[in-house]
Amino acid sequence: MIDQVKQKINELFSEGSVKGVVALAHVSGHVTPCLFQKGDDLQGLSLGDLQTSGDARYPLNKVLITIARQYPDDVFGILVRGCDERGLYALYRLKQLEPDKVVPIGICCPQSLALQCECKKPYPDEIIAGEKLEGVLQKHVQDVEDMDRSERFSFWKGQFLKCVKCYGCRDICPMCFCRECSLECEDLVSKGSLPVDIPVFHLTRAMHMADRCIDCGLCDEACPSDIPLRLLYKKIAGIMNTEFGYTSGINKNEKSPLSLMGPEPEK
Amino acid sequence: MEYRNTLTTCTYCGCGCNLFLESLDGRLTGTIPCKTFPVNEGRLCIKGWNGHQFVQSEKRLKKPLMRKNGELTEVSWDEALDFAASKLKEIKQASGPDSVGIFTSAKVTNEENYLMQKFARAAIGTNNIDHCARL
Repeated sequence: MIDQVKQKINELFSEGSVKGVVALAHVSGHVTPCLFQKGDDLQGLSLGDLQTSGDARYPLNKVLITIARQYPDDVFGILVRGCDERGLYALYRLKQLEPDKVVPIGICCPQSLALQCECKKPYPDEIIAGEKLEGVLQKHVQDVEDMDRSERFSFWKGQFLKCVKCYGCRDICPMCFCRECSLECEDLVSKGSLPVDIPVFHLTRAMHMADRCIDCGLCDEACPSDIPLRLLYKKIAGIMNTEFGYTSGINKNEKSPLSLMGPEPEK
Repeated sequence: MEYRNTLTTCTYCGCGCNLFLESLDGRLTGTIPCKTFPVNEGRLCIKGWNGHQFVQSEKRLKKPLMRKNGELTEVSWDEALDFAASKLKEIKQASGPDSVGIFTSAKVTNEENYLMQKFARAAIGTNNIDHCARL
């Protein structure tokens, strides 16, 4: 699989169609986000697997936003899984990236990772390497739905109580790009004290993720308190789907039902 | 165009979480926790997440300053260290070694803290050595 990705990157460089490629690399025994440029050795390229599939995934879209803000006229390639590609679509919609400045290099996730993520679409639309697998049923959301109301309430209260307010869920999130964040607004969230405001802190974030979250699960992996944030956002995404028939990042040009103003996006 | 992630250890406490300091064209742009490091496994506390922010602070002292005629004036390291050493010697001679106290920092390495207590005990001759984490 990695050879096909290397071949694609080499093609892009020899065509001269990209300035650089945002991907992952093996450095000092670890995996790190990296910008490959023409002439760089692709020997160290990584797909984000160190010991198990996808155990070293990083928010590459966030890296691309950082670079693109500085170099808005250049075109960049980027390594994407299904979730990252959904992220790109949502970021185009939110005007954080320009579709004609991005060349996605899509890879499919293996069964183990798809199951672990309970991913609805563990493959990108444009596939360079890997085999397209079926989406996985959302069992964890159903497990929580099956609790009765008071049990569910104490489950979430117990989870939120563990929060240490590191803001890691926001900081790692490839869909969080705002320069001012509601979670730092003192009218909503008290500053410098624990326990966190329950449920305002987590539900404010969940609401803001409603039409954005692309279910990559990086928030879950960054949480030092093991709060099942992804489960919460999956539930919100489920509501968005039931009520509006909308899933963030599934269709390239779809407008969010939460954007009530403004023209239809160009097809 | 130079985008880099430099693997390093968080300076805020003794846990030793590893993180990448992200930089673009020589300027720090962010902190990314290292997912494959066994201590923190891709997690950080709020201090660690913001480790890159103070580096570029305008308020940060970058060169030694000495007050001369009531004004803070930029001086060389040699001048600053010579002045501090001569004053410490003077105080020790006039009032004894226990008139000097030393505070070290949670933001330096274990080895630097060791050196500081060695300096307090062996060079100055006092046990008045403490650490900001106990304040």
